Amino acid sequence: MLTYLIRRLILVLPVAFGVSVICFLLVQIAPGDPLTAIMPVDATAEEQDAMRAAYGLDKPLPVQYAIWIGNLVQGDMGKSIASGRPVAGEVFGAVQNSLVLALSAAVIAFPIGIFLGFLAGYFRDTWIDRVVTAISIAGVSVPNYWLGIVLVIIFSVNLGWLPSMGAGPGGSSEWEWNWLHIRHLILPAVTLAVVPIGIVARTVRALAGDILTMDFVQALYAKGMSRADVLRHVARNAAATALSVMGLQLGYLLGGSILIETVFNWPGSGFLLSNAIFQRDLPLLQGTILVLALFFVAMNLIVDVAQAAIDPRIQRT
Amino acid sequence: MSAIDHAPDTAGTAPEGPLLVVQDLQKHFPVRGGLLGRTQAKVQAVDGVSFEVSKGETLGIVGESGCGKSTTAKLLIGLTEKDKGDIVFDGQSLGPDLSLKDLRKSVQMVFQDSYATLNPRLTILDSVAFGAKVLGLEDPAGLASKMMDRVGLDPDRFAHRYPHELSGGQRQRVNIARALAMSPRLVVLDEAVSALDKSVEAQVLNLLNDLRAEFGLTYIFISHDLNVVRYISDRILVMYLGEVVEVAPVDSIWAAQAHPYTRSLFSAMPSMDPDNRTKVPPLTGDPPNPINPPSGCRFHTRCRFASEVCKARAPKLAGLSENAAHLVACHLHDPASGHPDAGQGLPS
Amino acid sequence: MALAETLPTEPAPAAKPQGYWSGVGARLIRDPLTLFCSAVILGLILAAIFAPWIGLADPYKGSMIARLKPLGTEGHILGTDEQGRDMLARLIYGGRLTLFIGLMPVVFAFFIGSALGIVAGYVGGLTNTIIMRTVDVFFAFPSVLLAIAISGALGAGIVNSLVSLTIVFVPPITRVAEAVTSGVRALDYIDAARATGADAFTVIRVHVIGNVLSPIFVYATSLTSVCMILAAGLSFLGIGVRPPEPEWGLMLNTLRSAIYVNPWLSALPGVMIFITSLCLNLLSDGLRSAMNVRD
Repeated sequence: MLTYLIRRLILVLPVAFGVSVICFLLVQIAPGDPLTAIMPVDATAEEQDAMRAAYGLDKPLPVQYAIWIGNLVQGDMGKSIASGRPVAGEVFGAVQNSLVLALSAAVIAFPIGIFLGFLAGYFRDTWIDRVVTAISIAGVSVPNYWLGIVLVIIFSVNLGWLPSMGAGPGGSSEWEWNWLHIRHLILPAVTLAVVPIGIVARTVRALAGDILTMDFVQALYAKGMSRADVLRHVARNAAATALSVMGLQLGYLLGGSILIETVFNWPGSGFLLSNAIFQRDLPLLQGTILVLALFFVAMNLIVDVAQAAIDPRIQRT
Repeated sequence: MSAIDHAPDTAGTAPEGPLLVVQDLQKHFPVRGGLLGRTQAKVQAVDGVSFEVSKGETLGIVGESGCGKSTTAKLLIGLTEKDKGDIVFDGQSLGPDLSLKDLRKSVQMVFQDSYATLNPRLTILDSVAFGAKVLGLEDPAGLASKMMDRVGLDPDRFAHRYPHELSGGQRQRVNIARALAMSPRLVVLDEAVSALDKSVEAQVLNLLNDLRAEFGLTYIFISHDLNVVRYISDRILVMYLGEVVEVAPVDSIWAAQAHPYTRSLFSAMPSMDPDNRTKVPPLTGDPPNPINPPSGCRFHTRCRFASEVCKARAPKLAGLSENAAHLVACHLHDPASGHPDAGQGLPS
Repeated sequence: MALAETLPTEPAPAAKPQGYWSGVGARLIRDPLTLFCSAVILGLILAAIFAPWIGLADPYKGSMIARLKPLGTEGHILGTDEQGRDMLARLIYGGRLTLFIGLMPVVFAFFIGSALGIVAGYVGGLTNTIIMRTVDVFFAFPSVLLAIAISGALGAGIVNSLVSLTIVFVPPITRVAEAVTSGVRALDYIDAARATGADAFTVIRVHVIGNVLSPIFVYATSLTSVCMILAAGLSFLGIGVRPPEPEWGLMLNTLRSAIYVNPWLSALPGVMIFITSLCLNLLSDGLRSAMNVRD
């Protein structure tokens, strides 16, 4: 297990390096000068050069990368061009809010998805199976930003039960777990949960269906074991795969909540990202993406290791 | 058939020499593992194999599964790259004198799994014609249908079918036709009839015998079925754990096996004759792991006659005193080996 | 010929030669749901192509007095948008850009990813390592994030959307193509083909492509629905198609201001995205089973 853990950690390094290169290059592919957004229109050539030197933009690319990565490991992700504040602070504040949203969506999605998937897999080829399959196909097909709008129309505009925007009183920095705030969380979390419900249900259905038809399960029935006991065996066998799918989904929830955060004005990383895009604030864009991607990489690592801990066969591959 | 230029095998550059000489062929497969995925061990699939095949003869290769038979076959046509050793085809050494591409024009292979060796998306005709197209021959389709006809498949009925629509025997005929369409001089048949029903197997064996005579072919016939090998071969080569333990003309080895392993192999063969019951106890246990083969003679862990010298030193392949064409690698047959029973031959 | 008379001992072969594709076609014909979904997609595409000739209102012509008319208004069967433009016309015209940007990246990625994956899977070794490790890096980004990151950096525009979405879908297709190809590479008929002395390019062309393309194709079709949603999502965020072009995601965005005035009207463009994406998913599932591809 320790060898596996170390090997897996070593394998993460090149990926993390690649991620940092892509994030660095994002700024390079952007058309135009990153400074145009903040330079006065009538700036002289000398002023422009001075500004460029101040941001280190006059050096060759590999040097810029080395400086960037050097600062990065010290926790310095540069300054936001628009606000002038350090990127790191802005990103981590926003990521906290995104985490609240992603975890809430996961808490809604995973139990429902697992339950539906089990039902469908156990009652394969019955009407239950067909209903669940229809739900999961609809779940993975729905554009969730549109679903968010529809939910707002129903629950905010027509019924007036829930707020449609923001994270509650105090804005982005004062999240608390009380009803005043949680009311704001319900609609975005439910919206975000729909796609993972579909995916988890689909995965669990396939797993349960496959395992139930396997020889060893037939043998368990033949031994006279009760349905409930057989189900427990099946659940344990499916756990490793189901876990990895859910771990990946949690990563997607965090990195993929951008559109939902925009719909609900949720002050998370996605909201920050869309602001960065419209203000052409490239350091902020770069920093946000880097943090989200590294979080996703870490999530994958945790999933792999957890999976190997549950199912020792995986360590060998 | 006259349109196809299959010269009988007398047209070679060195008419008197053997068609194929294999010298000290070796292939070790790396086993990777550990923290950085480095090579930790090597599977010694083929280790120092040497033999010769004369023009027009059939050499049968037998042995348990995992003894290196199939690897040897793949090494011969370069499907697997050899670690070391020489392959000399008709006096030309592979590498310096002969390119792999040219070797493959003269040496073809028929595999065991008749279904897996046919591309499921190509019609039979396209599969048979592929080699001729690669060689740039004229009218590959015409050649292919002639070959199909020759192996007993009516081109009008079979040419445009797909592999899954044929029976196992028919597919193996297709594979033979495909090999013949390349006008080879040597055909390596790797368990080519093993997957077929007994009645179909007999038909295909007869077909192979007819084709050998007609086209002057030379065969290397790999099988685990001794009766089949006896039927088709002129000489038999026995492999154990990547090494050659015995090579002999078929009658000679059938009359008396010189190596203890060969004898166990033959005694495990079911016999129809109640008076000819198995006397030698059959082999027990699995062959040792080829990653870490036994020292000295690799068979000593399972040999009834093993002594200290067998663990210490590997025997060399040498002719028997009474019959120089019968080669065996066993200390029992070498008076100078130091084995307590050396020079007396294999005790009964 | 000498052996022809021995043949009857073997089972008689099927009456009619049957290729792979005729089998796929026969199975598709018997699958009404898949047929229905293909018809819907085809209808949307045809409507988009022939939009100028089917008697629709001008999708660009607004009217200050006829803004946000509800569904069922005379002359505007699906109402009007926030600038008084006919919704029906804009929804049908909107299919042009949405379907184009939603489907083409998968087509591009199918060609690029298949080429990379087949080469990596067939050649193996260092080539494989370089291609596949690069692909791994892109897998470190959730697809939505990667699309928005690249589009955000490049800026809005149709070409930029196509580029960023293609980059998003090349890595997964490459990974599938590599896996399928290394599976096929290990089969005996590839060995048999190599034994003829054919070069790698010929073996790939004749023996590999025909056997790996259908699983890769089925996988690619399963990505079209995500691509549609992402493409419209980019426009919804304002980093895809620019106004005043009709595009479903962009329309969904501009109509958000109307949710208190005429809520159901503002949800209409999303209905189009949902229907298209649902049909694409069902179509892909149908193709998967008709083509006997397992995950």
